[in-house]
Amino acid sequence: MYVTLNPGNRKVVEGVILWILVLSSTIAILTTLGIVASLLFESVRFFKSVPLTDFLFGLEWSPQTAIRSDQVGASGTFGAIPLLAGTALISAIAMMVAGPLGLFAAIYLAEYSSNRMRSLIKPALEILAGIPTVVYGFLAALIVAPFLRSGGEGLGFEVSSESALAAGLVMGVMIIPIVSSLSDDVIRAVPQSLREGSLGLGSTRAEMISKVVLPAAFPGIVSAMLLATSRAIGETMIVVMAAGLAANLTANPLQAVTTVTVQIVTLLTGDQEFDSPKTLAAFALGLLLFLVTLVLNVIALRVVKNFREQYD
Amino acid sequence: MVNPMKDMTTEEHPAPLLHAVAQGVPIKISARGVCVSYGDKQALFDIDLDIPERKVTALIGPSGCGKSTFIRCLNRMNDVIENCHVSGVIDMDGVNILDKKVDAVGLRARVGMVFQKPNPFPKSIYENVAYGPKIHGLASNKKDMDAIVGKSLSRAGLWDEVKDRLHSPGTGLSGGQQQRLCIARAIAVRPQVILMDEPCSALDPIATAKIEELIDELKEKFTIVMVTHSMQQAARVSQATAYFHLGQLVEKGDTKKVFTSPDDERTQAYITGRIG
Repeated sequence: MYVTLNPGNRKVVEGVILWILVLSSTIAILTTLGIVASLLFESVRFFKSVPLTDFLFGLEWSPQTAIRSDQVGASGTFGAIPLLAGTALISAIAMMVAGPLGLFAAIYLAEYSSNRMRSLIKPALEILAGIPTVVYGFLAALIVAPFLRSGGEGLGFEVSSESALAAGLVMGVMIIPIVSSLSDDVIRAVPQSLREGSLGLGSTRAEMISKVVLPAAFPGIVSAMLLATSRAIGETMIVVMAAGLAANLTANPLQAVTTVTVQIVTLLTGDQEFDSPKTLAAFALGLLLFLVTLVLNVIALRVVKNFREQYD
Repeated sequence: MVNPMKDMTTEEHPAPLLHAVAQGVPIKISARGVCVSYGDKQALFDIDLDIPERKVTALIGPSGCGKSTFIRCLNRMNDVIENCHVSGVIDMDGVNILDKKVDAVGLRARVGMVFQKPNPFPKSIYENVAYGPKIHGLASNKKDMDAIVGKSLSRAGLWDEVKDRLHSPGTGLSGGQQQRLCIARAIAVRPQVILMDEPCSALDPIATAKIEELIDELKEKFTIVMVTHSMQQAARVSQATAYFHLGQLVEKGDTKKVFTSPDDERTQAYITGRIG
């Protein structure tokens, strides 16, 4: 008895498996295209009533429009700059917390910790990543913000009850696990032979880490940071609860600011006509947010690629 | 235990055994009663070995016999491995380098190491060589550093091949060149001893021949201990040979003697190709 030359069912199964795999891998791409298309479509409608330049360069955001034509009221201004500034401010504060803490935690985990410490810290960080953002949100609004307010007043600063600082700090803690776990992976991926090469020349561990391991892991660390930044920019719940709604254009972290995501939430909650500029503005903001994170990702890829070319 | 070395040599262990010693060659490193274990598993049993100064000592033996483990004791590289335990005495210039009070970092500058797989840093050729001198502060200015880098590269026989591209990446060199770069990098910190852990196992025969030639020249200045799987290589480049078998040091002595008339039948079996 030889193996039959007639493929029969086995070939059919091969084909089915291939199609399931192709379908699974393209669904994500198709969804992305769909989302971008719908964002673009509605944004175009928005830009028919609000000029693009007003949206991109306007310094004032107050989306209240008259619901009925006989109502007295503003026609609404849609300048996105204060929202972008608020988003940038809060993300920057968050990254100032998460960047160093996450990276240092990763270095400790990858280079110094014993297996026992590692088996304690790693799950603890994962728990941190598993806390729902709404919990972080009320932590920021009910504990951190009042603490900063009373603390700041004690020092003579005027701190508003909803501040960029409170939201940024809490968001920073939230994204520590993203930075630390990705950085931990890339640091551990640096070949052991490079570590031994450095130690074999009589370097201390800290010299080895700063001069050999971190430079070798640099591209991965950069992409970890940018991924965390994207996460901070897109984060919604913490800022909704702790950063405020007032579209102040300020660099003062003690004041209330608002972010792109918060405004999308407020624009779309409540009774609205679906074709009013107010509602459509949410799509324009969504598109803007998407483009910003896209640019960040492209920069990350560039950095990594340049670095590779330099060293490989 | 005021002077552990003294006890070791006079009572428990006989005087240095290497054949070369009888001819009055000074000893650079002498190991006495070295045992190494990884967790519960013992890898080396009670090793006594003398390493002659400015000679090439080859450590041979089948895979897993402990020769790499032993060489890594000589620069305390085993410290890096969690739950690796080393005991015994390794005397280098009158200091027991296994003593926890001895700084392993400083020791590794004196006892350089070249690894099995070439492992240049992902930096330029120049920076690879300058790395050690920089961390040890051996150069006070750019000119000194250039001199150290140039001298180390020439000594490693690499200068002519790379002098026009010192600032291109070290990882762009061929395997043999990378290994010579690693030798240059080790030489640059002015070690007294250079450990080589199968330095040619990842190289082709031509690159291997170059490295062997280089090792032969380097012994004028440095004490060299090399692990090798190639019997021919041990016979070609070493003056002293130690044969390890299952964690035991079975035979040691003048290379010629070990290869022509070994005392132990296991050595005989290994060098004639019956085991290993």
